[in-house]
Amino acid sequence: MIAHTVFFYIFSLIAIVSAVMVTVSKNTVHSVFFLILDFISISCLFIMIGAEFLGMIMLIVYVGAVAVLFLFVVMMLNVAEQKGQWFSSRWDGGTHIPVGLLVSLIIFFELIIVIGGWKYKPDLLNSLSINISTEVTNTRSIGNVLYTDYILLFQISGMILLVAMIGAIVLTYRERAGVKRQSYVKQISRERDEGVDLVEAERNKGVKIDA
Amino acid sequence: MLSIGLGHYLTLAAIIFTIGVVGIFLNRKNVIVILMSIELILLAVNINLVAFSIFINDLSGQIFTLFILTVAAAEAAIGLAIIVVYFRNSDTIRVEEIKNLKG
Repeated sequence: MIAHTVFFYIFSLIAIVSAVMVTVSKNTVHSVFFLILDFISISCLFIMIGAEFLGMIMLIVYVGAVAVLFLFVVMMLNVAEQKGQWFSSRWDGGTHIPVGLLVSLIIFFELIIVIGGWKYKPDLLNSLSINISTEVTNTRSIGNVLYTDYILLFQISGMILLVAMIGAIVLTYRERAGVKRQSYVKQISRERDEGVDLVEAERNKGVKIDA
Repeated sequence: MLSIGLGHYLTLAAIIFTIGVVGIFLNRKNVIVILMSIELILLAVNINLVAFSIFINDLSGQIFTLFILTVAAAEAAIGLAIIVVYFRNSDTIRVEEIKNLKG
């Protein structure tokens, strides 16, 4: 129990500090690395609390895919260095710090009020809820319901990923000049008349093809 | 204080959510950092869902976290593609110089 508490505070402290550093880092590459650290510590929390599958999926999806995607874009666009002051505009030197801090503090205290005044009613849950069984592993119990009760949502999320992939390709695609490439339509629609030329060949003289 | 309950996780999620909102508000430099702040906000929502799922003993929260992960990955891919196209067209992704939409 003590170890659980200690590790919770350690991981959540790392998560909060790295979240702040994501926001205030001057170098965007550092921001991406702090984002990775944030996701790693949160997935450690997930594993600690008993949602092992989600913790591992967070590691694979975020640290393995999304963070690398961010790094690629940051390094490709060459925007890593942010010049000038942290949060001030280049034109008028103005900044959003006061109003931003005010609004976010209001949001934070609203959330805290909601958490503090929240009472859990056990009879609130209806019979539709899926109880977490302690006999099978977390991964197995998720798989048991993901492919049966939630199969429609699962397939729709697959469609969302497909649409996102197509959208990203369509957005970033550009036609380059001077690149030789196959034209399938041209190849398929080729007919005998334009492809084959019958020539009367004379004996011992050969044929001039380009004549 | 010594035993970690639901409130601890909800408070952590609230703090990270607020940091994400601050990141969106204060940033004047870089659209990519705004995308990262959105990822932070989604992460806070995930923490909430998983914590409720464990403490109420109901698996649905974890399933929904899985779908939120899917949508977040798709959103990151599309957002970064848009940023790449914008940078190719106008050579900058500074927030204060992006005003084609007069926003």
